[in-house]
Amino acid sequence: MAHHNPWPDEGNTGHIWDEDLRELDNPPPLWWMLSFYAGFIMIVFYTLYYPVIPLTDETGEFTKGMAGWTQVEEYHEDYKVLKDWRKAKFADKEEKLASMSVDEILKDDEMKSYAVATSKMLFGDYCAACHGAGGQGNPNFPVLADDDWLWGGKPAQIEASIKNGRIGNMPAKGMMGNLTEQEISDVADYVIALSEGKGNDAAYAAGKAVYAKGMCLACHGPAGKPLAPAGAANLTDQVWRFGSDREEIINVITNGVNVKKNGSYIEGTKQAVMPAFKERLPNAEVNIKRLAVYVHSLGGGQ
Amino acid sequence: MTTDKKDLYRDKGETGSLLDEMDTSNKNLQNIGVEILPVHTEGTVHAKRIPGKFRTFKWWAASFWIILFVGPYLRWDGHQAILFDLPNRQFHIFGLTILPQDIWILAMILLFFALLLAASTAIAGRLWCGYFCFHTVWTDVFTWIEEKLEGQPNKRMKLDKQPLNFEKLKIKVPKHLIWLLIGLATSFSFVAYFVDAFDLWSRLFSLEWGVTETTVVIALGVATYFFAGILREQVCIGFCPYARIQGAMYDTETVVPTYDKERGEPRGRMRRAKPGEEVPELGDCIDCNLCVAVCPTGVDIRYGQQFGCITCGLCIDACDSVMEKIKKPKGLIRYASLAEFGGKQLPAIWKRPRVVVYSSIMAFAGIMIIWGLLTMSPMDVKALHERAPLFVQMSDGNIQNKWTMKVVNKGSVPMQAQISVEGPEGLTYSVDKVLEIQAGNVGSATLFVKIPKKQLTDVNTPIVIKVVDLNNPAVVERYETAFIGPRVR
Repeated sequence: MAHHNPWPDEGNTGHIWDEDLRELDNPPPLWWMLSFYAGFIMIVFYTLYYPVIPLTDETGEFTKGMAGWTQVEEYHEDYKVLKDWRKAKFADKEEKLASMSVDEILKDDEMKSYAVATSKMLFGDYCAACHGAGGQGNPNFPVLADDDWLWGGKPAQIEASIKNGRIGNMPAKGMMGNLTEQEISDVADYVIALSEGKGNDAAYAAGKAVYAKGMCLACHGPAGKPLAPAGAANLTDQVWRFGSDREEIINVITNGVNVKKNGSYIEGTKQAVMPAFKERLPNAEVNIKRLAVYVHSLGGGQ
Repeated sequence: MTTDKKDLYRDKGETGSLLDEMDTSNKNLQNIGVEILPVHTEGTVHAKRIPGKFRTFKWWAASFWIILFVGPYLRWDGHQAILFDLPNRQFHIFGLTILPQDIWILAMILLFFALLLAASTAIAGRLWCGYFCFHTVWTDVFTWIEEKLEGQPNKRMKLDKQPLNFEKLKIKVPKHLIWLLIGLATSFSFVAYFVDAFDLWSRLFSLEWGVTETTVVIALGVATYFFAGILREQVCIGFCPYARIQGAMYDTETVVPTYDKERGEPRGRMRRAKPGEEVPELGDCIDCNLCVAVCPTGVDIRYGQQFGCITCGLCIDACDSVMEKIKKPKGLIRYASLAEFGGKQLPAIWKRPRVVVYSSIMAFAGIMIIWGLLTMSPMDVKALHERAPLFVQMSDGNIQNKWTMKVVNKGSVPMQAQISVEGPEGLTYSVDKVLEIQAGNVGSATLFVKIPKKQLTDVNTPIVIKVVDLNNPAVVERYETAFIGPRVR
């Protein structure tokens, strides 16, 4: 650093390196500096006014500012405004929805769209865990988007299923519980043939006999098709309740559905219980209707 | 860097740049670049107005902006001819309605004009800045008013120096009021492109303007007053990004107002020689400084091309009038390129790479705009495939896919959209309704398509969703999409 300064009028700081590299003194404008200082003063007031100090008192309560303001309170207040607005805006629609039956809603374009649109979140909260976000089902949990209904796909039936829940029931090894392994294998072949439309072929006569002997027809119907929807699967169609695999079919016939022994499920039995939602859902009266409309319009409603 | 080193880095001979004459042996601030950016720093630029070719052309160019004020009052088919209806997301341009779906056309229009700016700048300098830019035009009008009220530049400067008194206020206040009024008229006209103009007027008198309208009109109006009245050339020099971008678009073949140094130098006042006195050999420039006096940005064109110059040609007018008086040929300052002074032939416009590239992009954008406008269908179809589940196995062996159909009616009459599907044999479909869609609205329907499993040879099967407007069967949209099925083994 040289002490000789050949540029005295330039406003440099007198710090000169390498003979001509020098530091200039260009202070920021006054207004800029003033707002800079004002910023520091502002910090003091901010610290007092808002919750800034990261300490808790004996009760675990955090240090509030003089204003008593907190972010979460503001959020709750804002959210309440939104909720009230929504409630007021859709009050007449909600009222109308409460006064209509599911059948009527399905016939009314506007109300149907409203019911479907307002169901998405409910469905996500209460139904999707088992039935999938779009009703696509999950292993062991039925698909809602298809047209195969264990308990009926009419609006009133869907509504009843949601309201009261459903419990599947299929005895292990036939009604009497006495089918042998060979018989189960035969009847499994027969059931597969049924879904392929070949149930009357001579090759499956043995299985057909077991189907009658095991009293399968009591629930699944004499031709593999239940006479009325009451929880038994239609065996003639292409949709399988638990899986189309032969192994899986044998497993279901062997261990049944919801089979209990001494109050607890036997090993290997399928557990198929849909809880009743009339007590689980908030505002169940209207919301069950809404969900019934939603499920009905997923793709297979009758 | 010493002088001899400097020569290593530079071509022999003149480059026509100011750097040629720079002494780089001493590196004080003046020598490292402060002086080569000659900016007017002595307060407001009070430019002299003199008539001339370019002055006349400037007025013609400026009159283009009258459209801004007249535009909102044009009517078409009972509505405002040009209306950018933001709340309803519709742009009306005469008979045309542009919805957000067609916004790519807007992108093409922007591309076209961006390249027009580039091409014109490459050919003839800052044409936009000098003649058409709204800031240039508004400043020009504002200073014209100033001259009418306060008089010639010398009078104005004297007035500015006077202490504030009643006489001064009597001149200044009306001027600022008129400026403000023009500013507000400008912002009002601008806003009138976004809401109906007549409606805006009637609501002005009944004091029913909304917050947005009021804020925009006041803010833009005051901004216009402030920018065109107070800041003037400082905007071009210090604020405007285009000014800088355009400087980068110049090349040696760009014609810009240039001072012919060879002809003009050495400059000096013409003097009648006294007997026996030796008359110095002088160039054509008589150093009258008129070119500086008329410059709206206060630059001295004789320093060469510089960033403060908006190439408005007013110095050419000034210099030509002087040359006429002293009986010298005109054109001491003229539109000329660096190549010309370097003694090179200017290539034809269509042989310059920049111009060719710029114009081909412009042509592309232009064709896209025309194609877009010609093929614009009044209907827009979107088919949203259900994601969960992608497909469903139905009990009868069919596979089902679900779509949510969105049909936008971009036309001006109601539409009855009927949806049908074409695809492989055995395909069946069901739609919940024929959509009744009002003009400018969107209709939504659910579409289920079923195809027998045995017909599917791949995960994706191409199908076509066809939407027909039953009110006008000529309007047909075909939406090609894929039907999704299980993996085929």
